[in-house]
Amino acid sequence: MKITGAEALIKALEMESVDVIFGYPGGCILPAYDPLLKSSIRHILVRHEQGAGHMAEGYAHVTGRPGVAMVTSGPAATNLVTPLCDAYMDSIPMVAITGQVPTTAIGTDAFQECDTVGITRSVTKHNGLVMSADDLPLAIRQAFHIATTGRPGPVLIDIPKDVLQNSMTWHWPTDDEVQASLPGYHPITKGHPRMIKEAAKLILESQRPVLYLGGGVLKARAADVVREIAELLNIPVVTTLMARGAFPDSHPLCLGMPGMHGTAAAVTAMQKSDLLIALGSRFDDRVTGKVAAFAPGAKIIHVDIDPAEQGKVRRPDVPIVGDCKLVSIEILKAIQDLLNGGEKQADILPWRSRVSGWQEQFPLSYEPSAPGAALKPQFCLEQIRDQAPEGTILVSGVGQHQMWASQYWCFDEPYTWVNSGGLGTMGFSVPAAIGAKVGRPDKTVWAIDGDGCFQMTAQELVTASVSNIPIKVGILNNSTLGMVRQWQEMFYSERYSEVNLGGGVPDYVMWAEAMGCVGIRVDSPEEVAPAIEKANSINDRSVVIDFRVEEFEKVFPMVAAGASNDDIILPPSQNERREFLR
Amino acid sequence: MSTNMSHPRHHILSVLVQNKAGVLARVASLFARRGYNIFSLAVAPTEDPDFSRITIVVDVEGTTLEQIVKQLFKLIEVVRISELDPARSVERELLMATVRSDGEHRGQIVEIANIFEAKVLAVGVNALTLSLEGAPDKLDDFEELLRGYGIVELQRTGRIALPKLDREARVRAVKGKAS
Repeated sequence: MKITGAEALIKALEMESVDVIFGYPGGCILPAYDPLLKSSIRHILVRHEQGAGHMAEGYAHVTGRPGVAMVTSGPAATNLVTPLCDAYMDSIPMVAITGQVPTTAIGTDAFQECDTVGITRSVTKHNGLVMSADDLPLAIRQAFHIATTGRPGPVLIDIPKDVLQNSMTWHWPTDDEVQASLPGYHPITKGHPRMIKEAAKLILESQRPVLYLGGGVLKARAADVVREIAELLNIPVVTTLMARGAFPDSHPLCLGMPGMHGTAAAVTAMQKSDLLIALGSRFDDRVTGKVAAFAPGAKIIHVDIDPAEQGKVRRPDVPIVGDCKLVSIEILKAIQDLLNGGEKQADILPWRSRVSGWQEQFPLSYEPSAPGAALKPQFCLEQIRDQAPEGTILVSGVGQHQMWASQYWCFDEPYTWVNSGGLGTMGFSVPAAIGAKVGRPDKTVWAIDGDGCFQMTAQELVTASVSNIPIKVGILNNSTLGMVRQWQEMFYSERYSEVNLGGGVPDYVMWAEAMGCVGIRVDSPEEVAPAIEKANSINDRSVVIDFRVEEFEKVFPMVAAGASNDDIILPPSQNERREFLR
Repeated sequence: MSTNMSHPRHHILSVLVQNKAGVLARVASLFARRGYNIFSLAVAPTEDPDFSRITIVVDVEGTTLEQIVKQLFKLIEVVRISELDPARSVERELLMATVRSDGEHRGQIVEIANIFEAKVLAVGVNALTLSLEGAPDKLDDFEELLRGYGIVELQRTGRIALPKLDREARVRAVKGKAS
């Protein structure tokens, strides 16, 4: 059967069970938009290609399925670079399709030509230019295979316009053909049995163990088995920014988030630990602080599917390359075997009580606002949290609001938290929330945003309105680039440089309404709960709440960049208890 | 690339890749992005035209080399990486040089070329173009000697390498050749 390359592309996407494409048409990708008319695939027309990329990420975050973005050549492809890099840093499975100028025009500086494959080479797990329509089905199969296996990541396929127009004979490659076409790609999923035994032994011997969960736990869908390990041996758990929800915050063993703005208990437990069981975490600088001073007394078990993460930052005592779920199942089995064989776990009760002491002494805290004074952002978050319907998905941008969201929300289920961790992409929130809502239309999706972030990508709320994707946005509006302001206050002697966004404009309520949303402005604490209640009751359109919050509020605790985690800066109210962190 | 040939920490990576457009760019951009230094690089198809072999000489400390290998291996088109121990591998490189050679010096240069078993590729009124294939340090010595006469142009290919055969295989190969 002869079909066009464009028809083959759409058919291949259907074969890969794609149900939605986030995209934006244009000259070179035009042929692909025609067969889309009769396809079962839903297309969501975004307002900026960056939005398409972040939506695909949000969709992938909450569904576990690869998000798909399709845009044209040149400026559209360059607009996709940020989300690709974001997805690469956070290991998000994503497939991007870009149009390219016809093969005959490549290299001539044609209209809307750019070297998409060259530009995106270092921000994708893999990419490629398809030079013949006959190669399209295999290229698409490879893309989905690579994006979703091993360490997930974004894959870009660049398709010249004439390749989409030419006819080809349809052939859907078999699994064997895909394997044979990728002789250098064999992700290791099963851990080494000897290393697994060694890990089980170390875990039972440890007197001060900590389970250090990273995003890989979620990617591998390993939350349940990890919880079994934690509960079997009563091991305290920290969940990194990428792993929030991988272990329930309400669980007594959960210490919350570690790192630069982590809880004092999580940060200190890692510092004092004698064994870090790192599962799908990568010893990011935001977690370790000064590497040389990080968890100095701890042995390391490092489970990661990417061999390059082993020893990249910290040399593990027991490196295990493999899928987090498969390896965790094997470790649990090995532990049970040892216990059944009469081995005993070391006494970790003293450790548990030390850790609980830190939790009691150093809870997250902020000063409530004085009567008549400005709203506290943390208070707004607590109110949204307390009124959130069960299973609500929380999405954030990047900055202070992101840290408060991660700190003050109570994540009790996996896949309810979507944020930009590695790249730290301001403007992530609104489009990612739209993508999340498309992936999980049954759930309430709240986007927490800063006013700086919101101004970067707010136009996607038009997409939400037109395509009927109702989300809720809470802007923690302090008229400032809050995190930068905090650093300037703390590390640049209050010399504020270019952080004021100019209080009066824009009018977020008018802006929201202009985009087809309901806009609500909140100035005082009494208005917070009713506004959230109203937002939660509106389900036929998106809602934007402009929370006018305190400008000078800072995120605590904090480990200054490059400092040791031992030098954690506590909220001022807890400073006098500092010695309890010993 | 430098012509200073004392590099005790050099490692030779022999990287088997799929013979596809852009693979070399992928390898090169990985080195650039992660701040690794390429000392020399040579690439050509192997006996199987579906694959190419890239021979990369890097100057690094042990831990970085491990990262380089792991990061390289993450490239989808990289099929196999072998680290060749310089002591257990045969390395070869090709040098071509045009040297000033007026009158009296020509004989001396040809004599040096003969000692090194280099070839004279072209003879001009005031210059000679020579080529020499051999182990990199031999090329270094040759280059050093030519320098005194005035090198007009010089080009080296970067090294390629294969593991040395073990004794048994070596003997068998020699025998095979003799029979």
